[in-house]
Amino acid sequence: MKQVNFSLNGKPVSLEVQGQESLLTVIRIYLSQTGTKYGCGIGECGACTVLIDKEPVRSCTTLAEDIEGKDIISIEGLHTQEALHPLQEAFISHDALQCGFCTSGMIMNAYGFLLQNPNADRKKIIEGMESNLCRCGAYNRIVDAIQTAGKEMLK
Amino acid sequence: MKSEIKNETVYSRRRFIKNLGGGVIVVFCLGEMSFSSLFAQEILAPEEIDFNAYLRVKEDGRVDCFTGKIEMGQGIVTSLAQVVAEELEVSIYNIDMVMGDTELCPYDRGTWGSLTTRFIDPVLRAAAAETREVLLDLAAEHFGISKSFLQVIEGVVSVKDDSTKKISYAELTNGKKIVRSLTRKPEIKKAKDFKLIGKPIGSLDAEAKVTGKAKYSGDILLPGMVHATIVRPEVFGSKKVKVDASKLADFAGAQLVEKDNLVAVVHRDPEVSNQAANSIQVTWDAPVAKANQETVFQYLEDTIQDHEVFKKEGTLSSGKEVSTVYKEATYHDGYKAHASIETHVATCFFEGDKFTLWASTQSPFGTRSAVARALQMPEEKVHVKQIFLGGGFGGKSNSQQSIEAATISKLCGKPVQLVWSRKEEFMYDNFRTAAVVKVAGGTDNKGKLKLWDFDIYCAGTRGTELFYGVPNNRIRSFNQSGVHPFGTGAWRAPGNNTTTFARESHIDVMAHAAGIDPLEFRLKNLNNNDMIATLQLAAKTFGYDKEKEPGHGYGIALGQDAGTLVAMIAEVFVDTKTGEVQPIRIVCSQDMGQVVNPHGATLQTEGGITMGIGYALSEEIEFEGGDLKTTNFNRYEITRFSKTPTIECVFIDKMDSAPQGGGEPAIICVGAAIANAVFDACGARVNRMPITPERILTAL
Repeated sequence: MKQVNFSLNGKPVSLEVQGQESLLTVIRIYLSQTGTKYGCGIGECGACTVLIDKEPVRSCTTLAEDIEGKDIISIEGLHTQEALHPLQEAFISHDALQCGFCTSGMIMNAYGFLLQNPNADRKKIIEGMESNLCRCGAYNRIVDAIQTAGKEMLK
Repeated sequence: MKSEIKNETVYSRRRFIKNLGGGVIVVFCLGEMSFSSLFAQEILAPEEIDFNAYLRVKEDGRVDCFTGKIEMGQGIVTSLAQVVAEELEVSIYNIDMVMGDTELCPYDRGTWGSLTTRFIDPVLRAAAAETREVLLDLAAEHFGISKSFLQVIEGVVSVKDDSTKKISYAELTNGKKIVRSLTRKPEIKKAKDFKLIGKPIGSLDAEAKVTGKAKYSGDILLPGMVHATIVRPEVFGSKKVKVDASKLADFAGAQLVEKDNLVAVVHRDPEVSNQAANSIQVTWDAPVAKANQETVFQYLEDTIQDHEVFKKEGTLSSGKEVSTVYKEATYHDGYKAHASIETHVATCFFEGDKFTLWASTQSPFGTRSAVARALQMPEEKVHVKQIFLGGGFGGKSNSQQSIEAATISKLCGKPVQLVWSRKEEFMYDNFRTAAVVKVAGGTDNKGKLKLWDFDIYCAGTRGTELFYGVPNNRIRSFNQSGVHPFGTGAWRAPGNNTTTFARESHIDVMAHAAGIDPLEFRLKNLNNNDMIATLQLAAKTFGYDKEKEPGHGYGIALGQDAGTLVAMIAEVFVDTKTGEVQPIRIVCSQDMGQVVNPHGATLQTEGGITMGIGYALSEEIEFEGGDLKTTNFNRYEITRFSKTPTIECVFIDKMDSAPQGGGEPAIICVGAAIANAVFDACGARVNRMPITPERILTAL
């Protein structure tokens, strides 16, 4: 067992781990933050997407031993007590979800994408989101929501 | 046997009501109502007739609405609240939907078949209307005047010509417990009086879902819970011969659980339970492979002997005689996975002999029975709790993972969570079956259909009744149980996806052979005025007569499902060098009767179309017998952002008629609309789904 130190949603965390566990297990099971979802286990669907040092990554293929010293943000860390994040607001106003199971990963991937591409157009958004999967078929609304949120985040 | 069920039901009705606190409770019993005519075609369990829905106006004025249906993304948590709010005259935001809890909600067989809006809406509306009348009676008593002088606005009853005299539902119910059973059909609102029905309402569960707070079965973490990993064979249908668990000792705290064909490991840490399960060697006896994804179609045709005639009119031979154009073709469709992003999950615990379960199931009551049967315990000792589902599409209609989790929990004596891996999800998916449709059609020299011969292997007859006028026709269904190498089951509008693909592709083939535009050919041959209107609305919305860009094609498909008529027109671009298809635009027109929530209906339609593009263009299960090669999204290509076209949904305006199905119908037309558009764009007629680039290049 080894110690890893990192921050999750701004709070410092220190954990004993084997090292080979997935970050997804660390977040969901060890730390009981269940907003991040398991969908495929091989990084193909994006339901488990979180931010590590502001970059969107698949938590299901990230090892616990590789998160030492990192800042991790999961869906639970996106909003404050007072207000939802513009992306969350936009996903609601565009109704960009159905079953909601891919939604956390979609929002986190979009967040990381918008941080790097604040003025992205529709085409660029589609490229940036292409490897996140939604079976209910909310894609068009998700793109609309990301466009709306992108404008809001620039304000 | 019958009376036993009856007694149990009466018992459970009493128990439900006893368990509730104060307020006004209205119980709705279908058996006592003329509504049962709605269900005339269904065979109902006595529970369903006895006790179907109820509402409770609580002492704080909020309303609990109890239904055995579940929410899996289809939006009924919103649309059902909407109809209750309409009749009860309260804000929709004051309604709490209590769904799929087997100890709180009335019995329901399952959430499938696009039945909720058709059958539960009228029931809930009646219950809500009755509840409003009970509250008005109380108010009339309170003010000492006749009910006819009262009005309700947003849960407050007031005297019509004296607005100072008012009392809220909360005040009326305070300290009371009034239980009413509906004995007559209450007055429900006419369309002209609707305030909420027909208005677009955003999903009520959206905030919980964008913040990660919405709970799914895997999000329930119980004290002392262990995670289970089941050791699975590589080949579906294998039988266990020998288990070598000698390496299990390397994993401290791991426990082996074995019963019949089930071999599992549990551990507090899911990572350790996975590793420990990997260390177990099981020798399996696998069934012999009989087919793969290429040979399965011939195998099905050769193997299946039994058939039944579903429809027959005129004689096929005379139809052929009068036909100047005659075309035969065979259409193939491979196995398709449901591929919900949430896999099958169950979290559960025993407390003494009482079992509590959160499970991703479209049928909480079916799961209750299945678990009780499997574990030989009384049904009332099994409690299935309310939970969100991360997609269903028909794939969560069985209870396999719940039985597995319950068995493991019982044997290891601890609370258990079982999350199927994506590989398990594919293996035990119960695929939409592979199918063959053999079609022969004929038209006379005026382009009128005279012959239609339609033989369906494995896809069933749902939605195959002809809406084209053909004097000589026959529809036969060939099927046989146990013929598939995997489990098969319902998949969003089951075989209707396959048969609509075959029919509408072949209608296009007939139109082109007759030298008539496919739109004109359909309008000429349709014998259903509602379908004609639906198609005309689609053509007008699409702008069918607009000139096409080079490489682009238009394709039409018509279909019927769950009481709804669908007309779809697709525009695609085909790259003839690579065979790649890019869907550009899809217009979907539907006659679904009364549209309760146009916004919700639009979401469902968009979703169905988006999902349908996957089965039409890219979703393919590869296998050698029960040895599945497609085990994750890296080989199972569902629709992505870039393949999603612009989608426009339009509905025929019929607010005074009964609502019809909305979750499934649109998806059935996607295959043929795309196939026909591909043909229009480049001349490649592909008779097998998915319509892959290779198949397009071969057809060219």
